[in-house]
Amino acid sequence: MAEKGIGARVPRKEDLRFITGRGRYTDDINQPGQAYAVFVRSPHAHARIKRIDKAPALALPGVLAVLDGQDVAADGLGNLICGWLVKSKDGSPMKMGKHPLLAQEKVRYVGDRVAVVVAETLAQAKDAAEALVVEYEELPAVVDLAGAHEGPLVHDEIPNNLCYDWELGDKAAVDAAFARAHHVTRTELVNNRLVPNAMEPRAAIGHYDPGQDAFTLYLTSQNPHVHRLVISAFVGIAPEHKLRVVAPDVGGGFGSKIFIYGEECVVLWASKKIGGRPVKWTAERSESFLTDAHGRDHVSRAELALDKDGNFLALRVNTKANLGGYMSTFSSCIPTYLYATLLAGQYKTPAIYCDVQAYYTNTAPVDAYRGAGRPEASFLLETLIDQAAMEMRMDPAEIRRKNFIPKTAFPYQTPVALVYDTGDYEACLDEALRLVDYAGFPARRAQSEKNGKLRGIGISCYIEACGIAPSAVVGSLGAGVGLWESAKVRFTHTGKVQVLTGTHTHGQGHETTFSQLVAEKLGVPYEDVEVIHGDTEKTPVGMGTYGSRSLAVGGEALVRACDKIIAKGKKIAAHLLEASEADIEFRDGKFTVAGTDKSKTIGEIVFAAYVPHNYPAGLEPGMEESAFFDPPNFTFPSGTYVCEVEVDPQTGEVDVVKFVAVDDFGNVINPMIVEGQVHGGLVQGIGQALLEGVRYDAGGQLLTGSYMDYCMPRADDVPSFEVHTVRGTACTSNSMGVKGCGEAGAIGAPAAVINAITNAIGVRVEMPATPERVWRAIQSRPMAKAAE
Amino acid sequence: MRISMTVNGRAVSGEVEPRTLLVEFLRNQLGLTGTHVGCDTSQCGCCVVHVDGVSAKSCTMLAVQADGCSVTTIEGLAQGGKLHPLQQAFHEHHGLQCGFCTPGMIMSAADLLQRNPDPTEHEVREWLEGNLCRCTGYHNIVKAILAAAQTMRGMAKAAE
Ligand code: FES
Ligand code: FES
Repeated sequence: MAEKGIGARVPRKEDLRFITGRGRYTDDINQPGQAYAVFVRSPHAHARIKRIDKAPALALPGVLAVLDGQDVAADGLGNLICGWLVKSKDGSPMKMGKHPLLAQEKVRYVGDRVAVVVAETLAQAKDAAEALVVEYEELPAVVDLAGAHEGPLVHDEIPNNLCYDWELGDKAAVDAAFARAHHVTRTELVNNRLVPNAMEPRAAIGHYDPGQDAFTLYLTSQNPHVHRLVISAFVGIAPEHKLRVVAPDVGGGFGSKIFIYGEECVVLWASKKIGGRPVKWTAERSESFLTDAHGRDHVSRAELALDKDGNFLALRVNTKANLGGYMSTFSSCIPTYLYATLLAGQYKTPAIYCDVQAYYTNTAPVDAYRGAGRPEASFLLETLIDQAAMEMRMDPAEIRRKNFIPKTAFPYQTPVALVYDTGDYEACLDEALRLVDYAGFPARRAQSEKNGKLRGIGISCYIEACGIAPSAVVGSLGAGVGLWESAKVRFTHTGKVQVLTGTHTHGQGHETTFSQLVAEKLGVPYEDVEVIHGDTEKTPVGMGTYGSRSLAVGGEALVRACDKIIAKGKKIAAHLLEASEADIEFRDGKFTVAGTDKSKTIGEIVFAAYVPHNYPAGLEPGMEESAFFDPPNFTFPSGTYVCEVEVDPQTGEVDVVKFVAVDDFGNVINPMIVEGQVHGGLVQGIGQALLEGVRYDAGGQLLTGSYMDYCMPRADDVPSFEVHTVRGTACTSNSMGVKGCGEAGAIGAPAAVINAITNAIGVRVEMPATPERVWRAIQSRPMAKAAE
Repeated sequence: MRISMTVNGRAVSGEVEPRTLLVEFLRNQLGLTGTHVGCDTSQCGCCVVHVDGVSAKSCTMLAVQADGCSVTTIEGLAQGGKLHPLQQAFHEHHGLQCGFCTPGMIMSAADLLQRNPDPTEHEVREWLEGNLCRCTGYHNIVKAILAAAQTMRGMAKAAE
């Protein structure tokens, strides 16, 4: 292993600029002549726009333009799209409501974009936005899933607000298994709606250059090429070759910066409308709460059929998913292909059936948030299993162990479409139980009891499908794009390396991980590698970063580009060393004639490629290679999380006192970065379980619209963690054997926390398990009732 | 209104509106964009700087309130080309991911360590109540601050 190669805990390259305040986020950029945009948003959840009077706003000093939905229509701009076509049970396509850049006729959630004001200064734009007159005719709103089917129509042309009614699995086989079950465990549960809350709010600077007739858009994006594609091909603001999209440093995404929203498109268009001055918009946090795509928001019924020994026979699930007022970019696939396909979990349940109804409501659009569909599946399954264990008086660890897919059974075809390539679920479970001292739990519980506390332990064995995604597979399921990834490796004369990647790093540390990979593959110093990303003008076309795909898909493209470099290098080395190409070996940065000490360093070979005075005939000069990689399958990280809580029965307060995470991520490039990803995911998962939850009132006003009302996990809400990555089972879908680690924590943690609380108090509490809910649950226990 | 102050050891002055926030003055007029804005309710701590040596949320202070003060931002923390022990520790212990909360975290922690050079983990976590991070889960931030505290105690001892 190179000192800073694969497997080394190398501190990150990208840190220096951030710790010294020299990062360059979108809002840090200012351009000469820049104007400012402020959006006028709907104060109503559902209303008809009767009249917009721009005059009072236009009359104010500094105002350059006021644009609304009619201007968008007049310019013939297209609607925002959802890029994944899901079909209903009857074969009919999902019903996509129109999603214009600025509202036309109707507004469909509080915060919906009605108009934009562009002015010389931000303060002037704000003042003018206040002066704009918009008259609404308020309409009754539908806010939650319970009322969605019968409620007022969000899109007049879509009956029952039903976008699709989709299914997966063998219903007949499931029904038959239930008919012969010894025991059936049933539950209903809510997967609470969340706000992603990347700490950097969304921002954009659009610039039309009339001289070049070309556009540039700086923005907070996880996937600048996808932004370019949609803005060009569907919205139609600029042809793709005349649009440069740059995502500089981005302050977290967690899914929320994948999507193509209206605001970023509008500032680009507005720049042209005002004659080509740059137009900047930065969201205030309140706007982020109102308009960043939210996550989760499911209501499910689930039933698990078991035989008398606790073997799972079948699983039946019905889920209703909230899409919000419009379909966001990937919203359709989250509660379907990224959700129901994971319902097998780590288990050999032979028959599974799930159907999903997705509804429009007068709330913010809902789309992928860290884990996206997979946390919902994992939470449902892992809490249901705990309930089954409780009902059948079995140990939660043992019921899981009994039903695990054995490590000898891979590759394993699940009844819900996926083929798991590798895994060793027992290894993670055993390691987690050992680290948490499972056997010692009763003693710890007794100790807590002495202190007046109720102690509980909860297990969650998650699986996820990531490394998104094999294009042909997702294409057959309705995806409108391919999900391959790209990389280019470019040597300079002096042997330095530029890596250009189609992925985007916004906290994941690609600059470090990819440098380690290249250092290892090509035997060049880690310090000599520079990773470049996030600019459509520099990097090859790529699909961006989400779904824990950057290393498993983008990294593999990089490996293949390196392989091409080595292959070309061998030709040059053979020529220079007067040997046959087949006899050249490459190791640790040296091309050697096998069995001799004749060799050339990669630096010498690169130099020869750029100064080809003595060079193989017919070979192109230069040393720059690209590769695209389309993975043959998803990757399947898995693991066991164990949480221990102490509940104060007087207040209902839950204290997470211990958390052990054991993950199988396959092979690992930088364990330090991987652990960091797990820590962050865990706290988002614990946040979902204990603290976070979006509330709208009955009229559709967002009650949790700031950090004063939406409870984000803070440092004193969570413990330090024990995170262990086991010597994993290598993934077979890429040559590195890596699986991806970005989402695991958020997927596995909620069930571990909730199961621990249930274990402590004997009743399952809905998420977020706030002190009030926990306290009420404690009071409602049969025991408490009896005592009254 | 005309205001003058010392920022990172340099005398600066500028023309501001009465409503201009300190963070706006730093970012927009002085170009010190290391100080970030993450919220509009004084909750996230991305904007923490030191005003006369004490940590303050620069989104919650008017620029005019800092008139005549000495302000230190993240850009001014490293001295003589050497990283502050907190900066070094955040790097070594992977206390940052996207980096957006980092300047505020470091400035806030610097104030903690000048008040309490030997905090417990619990004290560090309580102190960070006003600083949100969505990426790191706080684990490595806490670790970094404890490590920096140790380094700084060592430095203080060596200087005695
Ligand atoms: S910007 Fe959030 S506290 Fe200052
Ligand atoms: S490192 Fe991203 S918010 Fe803290």
